[in-house]
Amino acid sequence: MSSRKAEIEIIERYCKGCSICAEFCPTKVLAMDAFVVKVVDADACIACMQCELRCPDFAIKVHKN
Amino acid sequence: MAYDYDKSLRPGKLPHIWCPGCGHGIVMKGLIRAMDTCELDRKNTAIVSGIGCASRISGYIDACTLHTAHGRAAAFATGVKMAKPEMNVIVVGGDGDGTAIGGNHFIHACRRNIDMTYVIMNNFIYGMTGGQFSPCTPTGDKASTTVYGNPDPVFDISKLAIGAGATFVARTTAFHATQIDKLIAEGIKHKGMSIIEVIDDCPTTYGRRNQFRSVIDMMKRLKDMAVPVAAAAKMTAEQLDGKMLTGVLHKEVRPEYTEQYAKIIDLAKSA
Repeated sequence: MSSRKAEIEIIERYCKGCSICAEFCPTKVLAMDAFVVKVVDADACIACMQCELRCPDFAIKVHKN
Repeated sequence: MAYDYDKSLRPGKLPHIWCPGCGHGIVMKGLIRAMDTCELDRKNTAIVSGIGCASRISGYIDACTLHTAHGRAAAFATGVKMAKPEMNVIVVGGDGDGTAIGGNHFIHACRRNIDMTYVIMNNFIYGMTGGQFSPCTPTGDKASTTVYGNPDPVFDISKLAIGAGATFVARTTAFHATQIDKLIAEGIKHKGMSIIEVIDDCPTTYGRRNQFRSVIDMMKRLKDMAVPVAAAAKMTAEQLDGKMLTGVLHKEVRPEYTEQYAKIIDLAKSA
């Protein structure tokens, strides 16, 4: 069992790089890498689900631990 | 667990056609969550749309769907509901589709108070056809057909719906993602015509013509312009200038159209 609150799955094929998730992430877990979002600080995730909720492209799934 | 949207989507349809940062995807997710909240049987739910970016939702959600002529979604949906009153009918479309080309169908569906839920995504522009101004484009703003600024006053979709006789009218924005599904679910449960206006962003054809540097700028503006109904009651007219009221704006109980029509059928049979 991981100590992380959640695992973030990014479906890169669906991501269009709008950056809404990275902007509204309260703990800056996500950041843009060219045109696709990446997880840069997985340990900081508080499992608030904002990124999954706001992603217009169905590209983020947050699996709570 | 991550929310399971896949079960409600037709396989192989993603990625969808909407531009990066377009709020229609956020609204579609909200609609799926609302359908789950209301435990709608997708085999007994019709999603009807006209033409436009927002109208593509009917192609993605795995339910009984009807993708119809421009502006005619409310008319087709009325037909579906009259033929099968037991069916749940949800209409999706944009501001141009619903209030310009389909304005007449929209107001008369409201007037009849037929039991359906109309989710109207207002992104202030005709997006799909190339950024022409719609009746919802703010005065002074630029579109591909108003390069010097739009001289027209704006339609307030929610006020139009209330005036035309819709019995449930609510408004939210694409920024307020959790409110979208709550209001749509409330609209689905309401017996009669429910209008849910979602103020949306179109970064491609509206945003870049109107000094929005990014999708994030547009999202922040949606956040800033929204004022909940309860908070607005304590604000002055000056403070409310340029703001949009959000939440449930109007709710009343009035006889529903298909029920009234069933009585006419009974009368005709007994005559």
